[in-house]
Amino acid sequence: MLKDITIGQFFPGDSIIHRLDPRFKIVITLIFIIMLFTGGTFLCLAVGAVYTLMAVLLSGIPMKMFAKSVKPIMPFLVITAVINLLLMNSGDVLWSWKFIKITHDGINTSVFMIIRIVLLIVGSSILTYTTTPITLTDAIEHLLSPLKRLKFPVHELAMMMSIALRFIPTLIEETDKIISAQKARGAEFDTGSFMNRARNMISILVPLFISSFRRADELATAMECRCYHGGEGRTRLRQLKSAPRDYIALFITILFFALVIALGHICK
Amino acid sequence: MMSGNIIEITGLHFSYKAEGDDKAAAEVLKGVDLSIKEGEMIAVLGHNGSGKSTLAKHINGILTATEGKVIVDGIDASDESRLFELRQHAGMVFQNPDNQIVSSIVEEDVAFALENLGVPYEEMRRRVDDALKAVGMYEYRLHSPSQLSGGQKQRVAIAGIIAMRPRIIVLDEPTAMLDPQGRREVMSTIKRMNREQGITIVLITHYMDEAAQCGRIAVMDKGRIILDDTPEKVFSQVEIMKKVGLDVPQVTELAWELSRAGYDISPETISEEECVKAILKLFAE
Repeated sequence: MLKDITIGQFFPGDSIIHRLDPRFKIVITLIFIIMLFTGGTFLCLAVGAVYTLMAVLLSGIPMKMFAKSVKPIMPFLVITAVINLLLMNSGDVLWSWKFIKITHDGINTSVFMIIRIVLLIVGSSILTYTTTPITLTDAIEHLLSPLKRLKFPVHELAMMMSIALRFIPTLIEETDKIISAQKARGAEFDTGSFMNRARNMISILVPLFISSFRRADELATAMECRCYHGGEGRTRLRQLKSAPRDYIALFITILFFALVIALGHICK
Repeated sequence: MMSGNIIEITGLHFSYKAEGDDKAAAEVLKGVDLSIKEGEMIAVLGHNGSGKSTLAKHINGILTATEGKVIVDGIDASDESRLFELRQHAGMVFQNPDNQIVSSIVEEDVAFALENLGVPYEEMRRRVDDALKAVGMYEYRLHSPSQLSGGQKQRVAIAGIIAMRPRIIVLDEPTAMLDPQGRREVMSTIKRMNREQGITIVLITHYMDEAAQCGRIAVMDKGRIILDDTPEKVFSQVEIMKKVGLDVPQVTELAWELSRAGYDISPETISEEECVKAILKLFAE
């Protein structure tokens, strides 16, 4: 039952977006997010939408995957829209009842916010859909490496991330086993009052924690046996290599960003 | 090396010290002497708590002796300045494959030790591929360990050690958590490493049939080595083995019972074929 949880959101493929250097993909995604929040007009948003659509098509990932990524934030979208609708009191009043006033501006802002958030989610989903969590970790380690000079433990952080990723399936399997074992002893997880169920969760968490500590201890010994001594002087099997296509992608993104800034100025 | 032995353990004592209380120390190893020649494949047998795992951890400096000496491939295991060199020469594989695999991709896990040692990329690539081929896991190099069976995971763990090109591999009950199929896979991999690459194997186990496949068996009890000989000689000591809580292979026990009952059969019988032949001979007489 727990095994169905997908780890990360990686969607295997061999599109040009999949093949981009993950470091560039992270930087590009950051520029994209800034771009969405720079332009305040529908025209700017349209440019962002064109850019997003282009990336979606290039990634070769089915549209329904993106629909799935937007679904969990639907309540958030609705709340944002309603708040904007109710709080914007300027502009022509279209409909009013007691203290509630719906204005032209209010509708505009609501629609604008919804589109902006949807674009944000879809755009950043492309990053997680086309990059494996482990490559993402690697890229983050590379991008943060200048911080090493400030004694920031970049390598250690990346190592912890990748070990966490490695152990997710193992721990899920273990949780499954513990749940079965406790059920066999008569524990009930799906019935009873909320408090009861919460209390029963302890019988899962305690064994899970104990076994995790044991695993951590064994893993540390195994890592020592393989001469692990931190990030110093380490070489890597996975090499991140940038290709011309990475620079082209970055250039196109910057071009769109510039266009958004320019449009923002002109339309004022 | 002067002695010609790749592992030379003399008078090894070890106690786990209780924090702040010297007297409460439990002595786990009480004077172990063991020499192992290069290229040997030796099994260390023993009941739970006999000290066999503790002994294994001394070979690559995970634990250091309270008393006595451990020399591995000419390196004193208590010399901290040569610890990485020691661990490179003497690799160690543990019981639970899940708890020794570091990476989410098979080939990267095999490369882990080489990454730590700072091996350049081209050489690392070659050694990782060689190691994966040696354990027959090359086709799985891009898989995630969670997609593999226990036996396959343990072979990946072995590959991760072989990639360091060690001269000794210490395996601490490597098959204890595996199904029969996985046990067979791992045993045949270990034997092939010993045969084809001349790697010295120290196999800690409590499976008699695995020990029987080694050229030599050391039996441990209460922190001491009480028997150290060929499988035939060790298993024929049925009474001693039973006294320390170990079984002998069924065929050996049968042969032993028969010889005790006065039949002409050698108690040094460890293979089924041998035993069948001997019994058939008895019938013919």
